Amino acid sequence: MTVVSELMDDVDKPGTEVETGIRLTEQQLRARRARSIAIALALGAFVILIFLVTLVRLGANVQTPHI
Amino acid sequence: MSVTLARAEPSIAGVGDYLELMKPRVMSLVVFTALVGLLIAPGHIHPVIGFAALLCITVGAGAAGALNMWYDADIDALMGRTAGRPIPCGRVTPGEAAGFGFTLAVFAVVTLGLLVNVLAAALLAFTIFFYVAIYTVWLKRSTPQNIVIGGAAGALPPIIGWASASGALAVEPILLFLIIFFWTPPHFWALSLYRVEDYVRAGIPMLPVVAGEQETRRQILLYTLILAPLGVTPWLLGYAGLAYGAAALTLGACMIALALRVWRERNGHVASKQLFGFSILYLFALFAMLLVDRMSGGLMSHFAA
Repeated sequence: MTVVSELMDDVDKPGTEVETGIRLTEQQLRARRARSIAIALALGAFVILIFLVTLVRLGANVQTPHI
Repeated sequence: MSVTLARAEPSIAGVGDYLELMKPRVMSLVVFTALVGLLIAPGHIHPVIGFAALLCITVGAGAAGALNMWYDADIDALMGRTAGRPIPCGRVTPGEAAGFGFTLAVFAVVTLGLLVNVLAAALLAFTIFFYVAIYTVWLKRSTPQNIVIGGAAGALPPIIGWASASGALAVEPILLFLIIFFWTPPHFWALSLYRVEDYVRAGIPMLPVVAGEQETRRQILLYTLILAPLGVTPWLLGYAGLAYGAAALTLGACMIALALRVWRERNGHVASKQLFGFSILYLFALFAMLLVDRMSGGLMSHFAA
């Protein structure tokens, strides 16, 4: 487990090159990409669902206006 | 004083792991029973609204499953049947599962309320609460009646489906609720009879662990004797036709015959495995017959008109 305070101590030392940030492994990159695509697809499907429900609701109200 | 911050390992969880968190097999039963409740309800629901309702109920059930896996990760790791789940295996962290579950639960309830109706949303919220807080957190580890009372959560989807379509409650979906409610103990106790070592290791007070195998077999028979006549009541009360009545009688007789075999069985668990398998078929077939009966009745009246 990496400790942030240790990293910061290392940065203070002259002449030391510290690689900051997280370097993802190939497996982690693949998993993140798959999750991102799944979230995008789910959001896209949700937008389409809301669009269709809006059409249905508006259509019903046009047919039987509540005046 | 120095402040140290731990950095979490980047996740390796794939999409399949998150789908597994939602307990797809349980979800299929929820979807099917909710669909039946939705389709047999009086009145007309637009297919798009019906689909939205079913989707929200499905996601809500999945959210409850994810929250259950999050809370039960410690005991899941101890049982052979559940040790391969994403959290005990380390593919998904407990925090990820909890965040996933809570987000989906809120999303499903709010969307159902906005797109369909408030009654259905309230029932879905209550179902998720009951499954997670009452069953998972409270009853599961404290009483052998855990799956009897907790079974109410699994029995609510047909009522949510009905409420989505009609915006109200009635006797018919309550009958469907009672059928699933009384189906749950024979189904789970049949499983627990041949998985008893798992439950002992995890310290879960399932009925065979607390009261012994013989008492469990007796209670399986008692609940089945209540379930079989209950399965016929939609026909007896005039909610379904003769085809459903005949199917319910036949399926109920088979359930009783298998429960009797479980009751008589002294060595081995052949009968309890058979009852567990058949109980799944029983519920699917019963609800499918109800749907076929109602759909064919609707078609007949359509052609008659």
